[in-house]
Amino acid sequence: MHDMSAPPLHMRRDGFGPAPELSALRDDEGVARITTVFGTEAWLVTRFEDVRTVLSHPELYSNALVPPFRPPGAPPAGEEEVAEVRAGNLLGSDPPEHTRLRRMLTPEFTVRRMRRLEPRIREIVDGHLDAMERGGPPADLVADFALPVPSLVICELLGVPYGDREGFQRTSRRMLDVALPLEERAAAGSEARAYITGLIRTVRENPGEDLFGMLVREHGDDLTTAELAGIGSLLLLAGHETTANMLSLGTLALLRHPDQLKLLRDEPERIDAAVEELMRWLSIVHSGMAKVTTAEVRLGDRTIGPGEVVLCSLPAANRDPALVPDPDQLDIRRGAIGHVAFGHGVHHCLGAPLARLEMRIAFPALLRRFPGLRLAGDPVYRSFNVVYGLSAMPVAW
Amino acid sequence: MSGPGAGTPRIRADREVCIGAGLCVMTAEDVFDQDDDGLVVLLEPDPPPAARERVRQAVRNCPSGALSLVEE
Ligand code: SF4
Repeated sequence: MHDMSAPPLHMRRDGFGPAPELSALRDDEGVARITTVFGTEAWLVTRFEDVRTVLSHPELYSNALVPPFRPPGAPPAGEEEVAEVRAGNLLGSDPPEHTRLRRMLTPEFTVRRMRRLEPRIREIVDGHLDAMERGGPPADLVADFALPVPSLVICELLGVPYGDREGFQRTSRRMLDVALPLEERAAAGSEARAYITGLIRTVRENPGEDLFGMLVREHGDDLTTAELAGIGSLLLLAGHETTANMLSLGTLALLRHPDQLKLLRDEPERIDAAVEELMRWLSIVHSGMAKVTTAEVRLGDRTIGPGEVVLCSLPAANRDPALVPDPDQLDIRRGAIGHVAFGHGVHHCLGAPLARLEMRIAFPALLRRFPGLRLAGDPVYRSFNVVYGLSAMPVAW
Repeated sequence: MSGPGAGTPRIRADREVCIGAGLCVMTAEDVFDQDDDGLVVLLEPDPPPAARERVRQAVRNCPSGALSLVEE
């Protein structure tokens, strides 16, 4: 199998940013052949404009054609099994199938809809800050704040019992941990699916006011249980792993840039811009979904044939001087929303408005509550993961 | 159709293409809205010059390519 001592190029980091060799690739040839975690070959695209091009053309760069991963030596997946795993997976589909599924979900994630969630999110944030304060320093910002806040928010929004979180959080961590053997990751995937399938069966009997209830009530006849489970697993996974890591890594970034931290403390109205800049600068999702070319394409100076796997480096693209001047500098004053941290094109993050809202509430509340917030030990990075972030961050105040 | 003034582009929003990401609403709330389905609604097809820069940004950032400017 592939050498796991260093992550594949597109997952390599140097502190907060992309590894130097990744930035060098962007500034030099832009597109290169790499070896993925599965030991297979792919093209890595690193420039901002090229990344936007790939993500804007699902007809040329297909998500649906990416073969599901199999443990080495295992027989290829049967048609039925593939269909089962594919069902309802928005990230594994192309238009028009993708459009059909996404349209069912868009009403739940509008800017206006999110505003209605605001008071509840504030309550959840304040509740966790109260608990941290009561517990007294030190605390683990990941376990006590960054992870449970988005977790409780997404559980309530979807209608997932919060009491089940330990089980599915452990499962999702194993699914995304690329240092684990593929068999184990695949097994975690099946467990997650079994859990959600069970949950969807209960919702079908008694649909509530939450998102799963709405899906069953409004689209229950058009969607199979497998499709509902696919949608549900993705939302649950995405709602946990991304915002949680932005909150911990974003706080660490601010602590390491006292001038930026002070600016945000003194002028909290800068929070919207600060969130966008942290998203751009941290780009916690290394590459999003792989794509497969459906025809011969031209990217930069390269001609790539049909049937080739293409990966986009989001951190490299977001630190392309073509996007912003002095891209490696964290500057919360700029805050342009043109970055690709949420992706681009039809697969642009469905939960982006929710993630933004959570960050806009959580960062200022944390900074207000603990004016003396500081590190109380070394943060623990998780490098071998589909989503970059921290597994622990000891803090005091 | 004639535009309101020389060089003022009209906005076109294709609801068939829109994926309801709402970035346009975030960028120019006075020009774009989302209906109950989450799809884009044009409040102001002929944006005032003061909104022009924000509208350009919204068009450029729209992830699905649903927005375009038609120069008249
Ligand atoms: S930004 Fe584009 S995709 Fe998003 S709501 Fe506006 S028009 Fe639709």
